[in-house]
Amino acid sequence: MVQFTLPKNSTVRTGKTWPKPQGANNIRKFQIYRWNPDDGENPRVDTYWVDMDSCGPMVLDALIKIKTEIDPTLTFRRSCREGICGSCAMNIDGINTLACIYGLDEIKGDIKIYPLPHMPVVKDLIPDLTHFYAQHASIMPWLETKTNRPAKEWRQSIEDRKKLDGLYECVMCASCSTSCPSYWWNGDRYLGPAALLHAYRWIIDSRDEATGERLDELEDPFKLYRCHTIMNCARTCPKGLNPALAIAEIKKMMVDRAV
Amino acid sequence: MAFLTDRKRAMGWGSAKAGTEHFWSMKKSSVALLILIPFFVFTFGAALGGTYEEILAYYSRPFPAIVAALTIVVGFKHFNDGFQTLVEDYVHGTMEKVLILLMTCVSYGAAGVGLFAIARLAL
Repeated sequence: MVQFTLPKNSTVRTGKTWPKPQGANNIRKFQIYRWNPDDGENPRVDTYWVDMDSCGPMVLDALIKIKTEIDPTLTFRRSCREGICGSCAMNIDGINTLACIYGLDEIKGDIKIYPLPHMPVVKDLIPDLTHFYAQHASIMPWLETKTNRPAKEWRQSIEDRKKLDGLYECVMCASCSTSCPSYWWNGDRYLGPAALLHAYRWIIDSRDEATGERLDELEDPFKLYRCHTIMNCARTCPKGLNPALAIAEIKKMMVDRAV
Repeated sequence: MAFLTDRKRAMGWGSAKAGTEHFWSMKKSSVALLILIPFFVFTFGAALGGTYEEILAYYSRPFPAIVAALTIVVGFKHFNDGFQTLVEDYVHGTMEKVLILLMTCVSYGAAGVGLFAIARLAL
């Protein structure tokens, strides 16, 4: 049975309030989820004050500033700082997005930052994405061919290449899957929007020769059909992609090959 | 704790090779209900408030009786399919199977009762 409430050791408590920076006129309040697996304590929300006059424009800039200048124990993933690596996905102001491309000016009032929802937390803002990545691997995210390898490259028309637009840009940040209620309840079996978007990317690749096998693997009440077109995935995707549409296209293909 | 690899956990028992039939069936019944429900509302609405004899006479006509019968059958089929989806979402294990079984009996039972009532009125 689905669990709708947090277990006792996961309820979030009020944490430490850090002092305001002295002499700063333009400060903003940050409320950030903290959890340390080593101290045996419940998660808490710490309050930080950041001088915006000496802070970059993005949420990640503020996080780096907090880690550098206020609290070096604050833990989060980040790498490219330009929306390509997908490392800094987190829940900011109630939306799953990438901290590096989400502007502080897009948020009104206090800035609330939590890890991606409904995932096991490794520490602070870092979710455990092990299962998410394994699900991605399970859809065989590579070109499968049976024909002998051509002398040069596998050829593809411009029209067929265009079909991959809106799909190949996915950076696997997990914002979509962790915004999906179906993935929250059935993430162990439901592949989720990200893995299904990638599955569709390879299903419609004109060069791929495993289309039938790919569809066979997805034809399952849980792997695919737990998507109920809730559309949270499309709303939250920081890259502006539409995983729900990709899933709908897979379902259409399933029907087309059967009826 | 089972010592399963991440990949094994993600693959589970593999594909059930099912689900499309259920999905397509719900699409078909949705479209059917889209057509049937307005007809049912208008025919049922026309009869609403009539005396017993008037209702008997009204549902003795083929169109209102067939519309009502089809709405009941398709409606409960759609309800049953939808309920199964709902249960699969939130309940797992033995209780999932028990609930699906129970609601299938209730749905088909209700459809049967509805059909019998229409038949009594119409024939």
